[in-house]
Amino acid sequence: MRRAPAPAVRTHRATSPWLFLLPGLAVVSAFGLYPFLTTVHQAFTDARTLTPGTWVGLDNFRRMLDDEQFWVALRNSGLYVALVVPFTVLLPLLLALLVQKPLKGVAFFRAAFYTPVVASVVVVALIWGWMLDDRGLVNGILRVLGAGPVDFLGDAWLLLLSAMALTVWKGLGYYMVIYLAALGNVPHELHEAAAVDGAGALRRFVGVTVPAVRSTMVLVAALSSVSAFKVFSEVYLLAGPTGGPAGQDTTLVMLVQRTGTGLAGRVGYASALSLVVFVIALLLMLLVLRADRKEDR
Amino acid sequence: MLRTSGWEKALRYVLMLGVLALTVGPFLWQLSTSLKGTTEDIYTSPPRFLPEHPTGHNYAEVAGVVPVWDYALNSLRVAVASVVTNLVGASMAGYALARLRFRGRRAAGLVFVAALLVPVESVVIAQFTLVRELNLNNTLTAVVLPGAVGALNVLLMRNAFAALPYETEEAAVIDGANAWQRFTRIALPSVRGTLAVVAIFSFMGAWDDFLWPLIVLSDADNFTLTVGLNFLHGTFTQNPRLVAAGTVIAVAPLLVMFACLQRYFFRGVGEGAVKG
Repeated sequence: MRRAPAPAVRTHRATSPWLFLLPGLAVVSAFGLYPFLTTVHQAFTDARTLTPGTWVGLDNFRRMLDDEQFWVALRNSGLYVALVVPFTVLLPLLLALLVQKPLKGVAFFRAAFYTPVVASVVVVALIWGWMLDDRGLVNGILRVLGAGPVDFLGDAWLLLLSAMALTVWKGLGYYMVIYLAALGNVPHELHEAAAVDGAGALRRFVGVTVPAVRSTMVLVAALSSVSAFKVFSEVYLLAGPTGGPAGQDTTLVMLVQRTGTGLAGRVGYASALSLVVFVIALLLMLLVLRADRKEDR
Repeated sequence: MLRTSGWEKALRYVLMLGVLALTVGPFLWQLSTSLKGTTEDIYTSPPRFLPEHPTGHNYAEVAGVVPVWDYALNSLRVAVASVVTNLVGASMAGYALARLRFRGRRAAGLVFVAALLVPVESVVIAQFTLVRELNLNNTLTAVVLPGAVGALNVLLMRNAFAALPYETEEAAVIDGANAWQRFTRIALPSVRGTLAVVAIFSFMGAWDDFLWPLIVLSDADNFTLTVGLNFLHGTFTQNPRLVAAGTVIAVAPLLVMFACLQRYFFRGVGEGAVKG
C-alpha cells in the first residue's frame, strides 16, 4: 500500500499525538505487554492465585520435564499442527478454485461456505458434539449404511481427530476468502497456455496454480499452524474440562487454563507453560516463513 | 478463452451442493433439533431431518433452566462496548501514527506490532492476575478490557489513513483547523469502509470469545452466551433439544449480521490476514 508522506511542517501541538495515542497505548500496554512481562517474571516463581510467590529459578521448567501431563499436552498440540495444517492449506485452495468461476449463484455458495467462520466456536463445537453423539446424526447415517456405531467422543484418539476435523471445517471459509484474493491475481493466460499444451486439470493445478499462489499457501500455513498450536475451545468443548478419557486429550493451552485458574491455581507453573506456548508459536511462525524464503533461492 | 463445458458446469454445481451440505447442513440439523417436541424421538435411524410438529417449546424451556436471555444481553453489552472502544481507540491511534509528525512515532508503532506478536493464550493467566488486582474479576468490564483496543485494528486504521491523499487535509490546515477537527471532520468520514470492518470484527470477536470470559467470569449471573452455553451443555446434555435451542439463539444474530454486511466480512479477512 502507498504510504502518504508525513506533512513537512508540524500542524499540531506537541502533546496532541500522545493524546490521540493514549487509549490505544494504555490498553495494549496494560493488557498485552505488561501481562507478557508478568508472565516471564512469574514463570520463575512459585506464585499461586492467592500468594505472590518467591523466586525459584528454573524449578518450574525442571518440573515440566517430569510432568506427564505436560508431555501429553505438548504431543496433542503438536499433533494438532501436524494434522490440521496440511488440510487447511489444501482444502480451502480447492474450494476457492471451485467457486472462482463466475457461474450463476456462485456468490451465494461463497457466502454459505463462510457460515462456520461467523459462528462462535462454542456453537459449532456443541453442534458437532450432538452430531457425533453415539446416537447422533452421523451414527444414524452410518447405521443406514450398515456401519458403526462409532464412539467418536468416547475414545481419546477419535475424539482428538474429531476436534481436528472441526477445526479444519471451521476454517475452510476463512482461508478460502484469502485464496480467492490471491487467485484473482493469477493471469488467466497461464492456464490457457497450459491447456493448449494439453495439460490436464491436475497438471495445471500443480504446474500453474500452486506456483502462482505459493506465497499465499505459506501465509495460510503460518497463520493456521500458530492457531492450531494454541487450540483450546474445540477440544475443551468436545472432550470436557478434564480433557477426555484420563485427560489424554488435554492440549497445552487447556493445561495452562486448568493449572493457572481457580482459587488453588498454580500461577507460577502456568506462567512457565504459557511461556512455552509463546516460544513455540513464535518459532512455528518463523519456521514457516523461513521455509518460504529458502525456496525462493 | 477456455470454455466451460456443460459437463464441467454440472460437476461444479454438484460439488458446490455437496460442500453446501457439509458447511450449512449442521446448522440446519441443529435448527431442526431445536424445533422437535419433547415427545418426538430425536434418535431415529434413519435420521428424520424435518420436525414432525415444529414447536417453539424448547426456546421457552431453555430460558427456564438457564437465563439464556440475560446471557444474550450480557454478550450484547460486551460486544457493543468492544465495538465502541475499538472504533474510538483504534481510529485515534491510527490517525496519529499515519498523519501526525512527532518524535517517538516509530516507537509507538512498534508497540502495536509487538503486541500483535504476543498470543492472547500465552498471557491470559497474567491478565487474570491483573484483573484480580484491579478488583474487576467476575465483571463484564473485565471481559471487555483486554480487547478494548485491538493492536491489529490500530494498524488497519493506520493503513487506511495513510492511503488518503494528503491534499484533503491541506485546505483545512490553512483554514486553521486543529488536529482533532481534521480527524473528526475530514479523515474519519473518508475511511468509513475500514471503520465498518473494525466494527464488525470487534463485534464478532467479542460475541464469539470463549477462553477469556470462561476464566474471568465465575458467577453464573454474569455469564456471556458462550460461557452460558458451555454451562448449559455441561448440565443438560441429556436433552439435546434444549442445547440446540440455546445454540440457535447464540448464532442467529451473527448470521443475520453476516447476511446483511457480507462484503465487509470478506474485506476484513483480506485486510486482516494480508496486512496484519
